[in-house]
Amino acid sequence: MNFTTLLNNPYNDDKVIDACGLFGMMDLTGRCFGSKDPIKAISNMRERGNGLGGGFAIYGLYPEHKDDYAFHIMYLNTEAKEKVERLLSQNFDVVEAEEMPTNPKANVWNPPLIWRYFLQPKKSAVKGQQDDEYVFYNVMRINTESDGAFVFSSGKNMGVFKGVGFPEDIAEYFCLDEYEGYLWVCHGRFPTNTPGWWGGAHPFSILDWVVVHNGELSSYGANRRFLEMYGYHCTMQTDTEVMVYALDLLVRRHKLPMEVAAKILAPPLWIEIDTMEPSKKEVYTALRQCYGSLLMNGPFTIIAARTGEMIGLTDRIKLRPLTAGIKGDLLFLSSEESAIRAVAPNLDKVWSPRGGELVIGRLKTIRAPEIVAPEVGRSRAI
Amino acid sequence: MKSYIEPEFIVERDDQKCIRCKVCINQCTYDTHYYDPEDDVIRSRDENCVNCHRCVVFCPTKAITIKRNTTRYTENWHWTQEVITAIKKQAESGGVILTGMGCDKPHYTYWDKILLNASQVTNPSIDPLREPMELRTFLGPKPDKLELELENGDVVLKTKLSPQLCVETPILFAAMSYGAVSFNVHLALARAAAQFGTLMNTGEGGLDKRLYKYGDHIIVQVASGRFGVSLDYLNVGAAIEIKIGQGAKPGIGGHLPGEKVTVEISRTRMIPVGTDALSPAPHHDIYSIEDLHQLIYALKEATDYIKPVGVKIAAVHNSAAIASGMVRAGADFIVLDGVRGSTGAAPKVIRDNVGIPIELALASVDQRLREEGIRNKTSIIVSGGIRGSADIVKAIALGADAVYIGTAALVAIGCTLCQKCYTGKCPWGIATTDPWISKRVNPDIAARRLVNLLQAWSLEIKEMMGGMGINSIESLRGNRSQLRGVGLTDTELKILGIKMAGE
Ligand code: SF4
Ligand code: SF4
Repeated sequence: MNFTTLLNNPYNDDKVIDACGLFGMMDLTGRCFGSKDPIKAISNMRERGNGLGGGFAIYGLYPEHKDDYAFHIMYLNTEAKEKVERLLSQNFDVVEAEEMPTNPKANVWNPPLIWRYFLQPKKSAVKGQQDDEYVFYNVMRINTESDGAFVFSSGKNMGVFKGVGFPEDIAEYFCLDEYEGYLWVCHGRFPTNTPGWWGGAHPFSILDWVVVHNGELSSYGANRRFLEMYGYHCTMQTDTEVMVYALDLLVRRHKLPMEVAAKILAPPLWIEIDTMEPSKKEVYTALRQCYGSLLMNGPFTIIAARTGEMIGLTDRIKLRPLTAGIKGDLLFLSSEESAIRAVAPNLDKVWSPRGGELVIGRLKTIRAPEIVAPEVGRSRAI
Repeated sequence: MKSYIEPEFIVERDDQKCIRCKVCINQCTYDTHYYDPEDDVIRSRDENCVNCHRCVVFCPTKAITIKRNTTRYTENWHWTQEVITAIKKQAESGGVILTGMGCDKPHYTYWDKILLNASQVTNPSIDPLREPMELRTFLGPKPDKLELELENGDVVLKTKLSPQLCVETPILFAAMSYGAVSFNVHLALARAAAQFGTLMNTGEGGLDKRLYKYGDHIIVQVASGRFGVSLDYLNVGAAIEIKIGQGAKPGIGGHLPGEKVTVEISRTRMIPVGTDALSPAPHHDIYSIEDLHQLIYALKEATDYIKPVGVKIAAVHNSAAIASGMVRAGADFIVLDGVRGSTGAAPKVIRDNVGIPIELALASVDQRLREEGIRNKTSIIVSGGIRGSADIVKAIALGADAVYIGTAALVAIGCTLCQKCYTGKCPWGIATTDPWISKRVNPDIAARRLVNLLQAWSLEIKEMMGGMGINSIESLRGNRSQLRGVGLTDTELKILGIKMAGE
């Protein structure tokens, strides 16, 4: 994408490399809560960031617009805005459009113009396509075609807020104390090799999906070239982007259960697969044969979310940390236990998932021990 | 006619060291050495020497040194020694100049202009001595998506995958026919493939019945001559490969001279003893992509659709478009053989001037298949002068699933690239059917050397992958971000789909 070279990625690095602190907090009953705890927790891991990126995703955010697609769009120039708004009004019914409320006093660096739109696909334009697919196509189009604009949030009843600064500064800038949600995903960024830029901050999002990531994918080139075959254009040039697209492809498009998708991103080793009982071995072998290009190699921890669901996953040899904790109806995922303890000192349960082991929280379903997803292929309810 | 061709090599023998054991005389299949009883010395006919090093290695006292003849024609960049010698040869013979093995011209070897990435701080390298590294590779078409279903809480696979070949390392032994190489070489290749968990390819000469027990590790080839092709042959292999073209001689058929067609070769090829085995340049039932489609499906039908059927072509100008057609015609894997591909015999002018480097063909084919959204429908195997594990890693990062090695496998057995395979007198017992010379390859030792080579290269691949922070070969495949070019033009970089070093 050309605009990435304009002012925010002056070195035109082809992927942006992160260390980072991650934090996720979900109320499994769906009760909404405010920004206080999430901000406190992510700020507690300040040394995992360096002020060059922070971001939040909140689910249950726009109850009054819960059936509209909420687009958050960054503009680097006014021509881009005009172009995108023309495209939006051609293809969508714009229910509401406004500049994102921000606090100019916040300590952030070089913010772009940010707008939010509540949209409904134009029925005449959709023509047999599913709404999600139509929205996906339009997001890709805006991100590839309009120099200087990109959609960084496009789901329903959720939204992403991100930029260059420490997470608490970003929260202040976007006035997050005015929002509530039942699921918060937070990110404090340490881009070691590049200056931060607004588009490169986490979370990354497409439609309902959100991913925050700590690590660097050495498989990025293989992942990206595979996703391109399915129409995913990695315009942000960041390795985290492939993660969110992979989840979208596997779970939304290919309709695989989340547990199965996790086994594609971080599969068991062949030596483990070889000792499985035949039916299970068949499933795992087929997953690697078919989706080997989506194996995420190299260090990663992700917290990913979609409506009603939050997951934590690390690479299969666990080169990055992840801790999970439970207190009552709250599920926490974090890079560090200290961040969880900062907001919930007395936890019912706290543990470190193994490499490649999926932790999954679903609205109104769980109780504590079952929260680590059972192995695929073993008798259990998905 | 008096020959004007001077010896290419000079054999030097340290008479002090020589013990007159006559090993060199016995070992040389070109009658280079002879004993002079009058003076009790061993002498050499330099003009016969092909620099195969058989005598050098086997001389018990290391008395022999072979030097290039330093007598040269007057230096001329245009009219080189090679050009002048070729003209003289043709003026004396009136024939096509034959040669063996691969192209030796200084065309670019792009592998040497491509460098690999390594992990540093943010993405730590992985130590293959402590962490698992996975090289297992499946060859065959993959579906675009998997359908899964839940039955009583179990995840059950609904999609049935097409037949796949499983190899434990992305290295296969290239097609070398029985006839072009000796039985012992075939046996050693089959044993090594079975032992290491990979595959050998029969080449176009059929498969001796004695090797049928290794069928699970053999790809059987169907070439234009249809030599040795029977239902048993098709069924015994793990996969079938239709050979359309070959890197050393694109557009050229094969020729096994009658002298090489012994009783055993005649039985395997299903032709009379002593007759020339001519494989035509084209398949006479394939003049279009639809014809190829029919042959692919005829072979699938004949073998009950239980094994992959692939197609091999020589890398040429429009490989990408041809490859796309091959995939659409049903090829479960495609083999691209580059200009450095080897052969037992080819016209030298063809070997040295026809085809394109495999690196470029691979890059454009992989990209084209991806753009057309059919990359999953096939696997890509590349061959043609793969010299080491670094070439393999670069090939996989460019987009190959696996590589074939031919020359390198023969070098492991003893070949010294003397390029005289077409004479049938290979002093190493490799490219020959002469029963006496063939015994020089001990199949046990040759198999061990081959397994050692596969093991050494696999370890090196793991080291390189670990250095890049990758622990599974599927994350390397098509991962061009791990490659950078040095000293290449913009167009070359564009075709290879890689960035310039420093970018
Ligand atoms: S092999 Fe060596 S030692 Fe034996 S005859 Fe030849 S040169 Fe002499
Ligand atoms: S196979 Fe034999 S004849 Fe051919 S190049 Fe090698 S050593 Fe020479």
